[in-house]
Amino acid sequence: MRVLVVGGGMGGTIFANLLARRIQHEMKTGKARITMLSASHEHVYQPGWLYVAMGRATPDELVREQESLLESGIEFHVDPVEEFHLAENHVKCKSGKVHEYDLIVISTGSRPLPEKIPGLKENSINCYTADDAVNFFKQLSDFKGGRVVVTVGLPHKCPMIPLELTFAMHDFIKDRGLLDKTEFYYTYPIGRVHSLENVAKWAAPEFDRMGIKYETLFNMKEVDGKNAEVLSEEGGAVKYDLLVAVPPHKGQEVIEKNGLGENGWIPTHRASLHMEGEHGKNVIILGDTTNLPISKAGSTAHFEAETAAENVAAVIKIGRPVRSYDGKVFCFIEAGKDRATYAMFDYQNPPQPKAPTGAVHAFKMAYNKLYWASARGLL
Amino acid sequence: MSERIVDARGSFCPGPLMELISNMKMMSVGDTLELLSTDAGSAADVPEWIKKVGHEMLDTKQDGEGTWHIRVRKAK
Repeated sequence: MRVLVVGGGMGGTIFANLLARRIQHEMKTGKARITMLSASHEHVYQPGWLYVAMGRATPDELVREQESLLESGIEFHVDPVEEFHLAENHVKCKSGKVHEYDLIVISTGSRPLPEKIPGLKENSINCYTADDAVNFFKQLSDFKGGRVVVTVGLPHKCPMIPLELTFAMHDFIKDRGLLDKTEFYYTYPIGRVHSLENVAKWAAPEFDRMGIKYETLFNMKEVDGKNAEVLSEEGGAVKYDLLVAVPPHKGQEVIEKNGLGENGWIPTHRASLHMEGEHGKNVIILGDTTNLPISKAGSTAHFEAETAAENVAAVIKIGRPVRSYDGKVFCFIEAGKDRATYAMFDYQNPPQPKAPTGAVHAFKMAYNKLYWASARGLL
Repeated sequence: MSERIVDARGSFCPGPLMELISNMKMMSVGDTLELLSTDAGSAADVPEWIKKVGHEMLDTKQDGEGTWHIRVRKAK
């Protein structure tokens, strides 16, 4: 079986490594082959941008050579796919090279698009790229007091980031002795401070305790940079001195251009993770690229990749898949510079977050280093 | 005019209302959407948001398996 993995992010990498380890014999005997195509030679640990924004990490700490993370035997090419020909079981890359497959895994991720909201890109800071995270730190470091407004677009990657940024900035400003000159104003699209009801029930009293003000049912419509004001679809208007954005996201342009899914999200079966539609039988979708109504997060991609790798190995060995994806997600929630909690949930069970502790924060800091073992499929 | 179905059953995060808002951003004025949700809160929080923004509620009902079917129209 020729398995083609498109995308060298968390989902594609964990999938490829786990599968390679399960089908070592088949790969050695030429019965199976894994090829990965990526747009970059680098693999980035994206959750680390939060720490860059707070001056607690530098971008180089978050990057490894993609090839160094892959099991031996996985063929790797930096050559982004430009055309998907799913009916003919092949893709065409930027170089012009054509790759045929028996099974394709598409895990191309998502991208922030602050330019979708008029005025947002030029008047706000965010931490979704290395440059943006460094700029975030510089602007936060230069901040001398005033109103910090957090504004959140939909959909977005990393559902915990609005809370994490707010808590982290609070501690950052507090450590600089500027808390009495600073007002934090958090806005959120739905009628509570987080999408997860139990997380919102924990976070709102934390905000109250820290003096962080909040406004819910606030979906940013545009930013008026001249008057330093963010306007909402609901008719709200909030003045800011420093605007911190969680921009709306889309899937990759190549997905849209090939007509695989509106806004770059591919219709995906929630249990099998196969693409919906007539050509989905040998097409698996992982991570942010799915249109599933679950968190766009590395953790989601990780657990989906585990399920998919086990199933593909089983198909190769016994002719049929063995597991369904149950919607499992596990997200750490940094609750400031030295405390954290977590949310674990699936399609059936909501999370029950505990009070944040230093121990969970220490575990998160350790995980930031252990991630590279996770990407290799070892953790 | 088009109609879309958003299956947000079992969605705790981002949850049915955030799924609805994301999808309505992709729709044109006059398009309709049917949200499937297993969260009883959707029957209250979706109409609250629809009313606040100025879209149109069409129908809300719960089927025999406990799924809420909430139909809305994009009005602006």
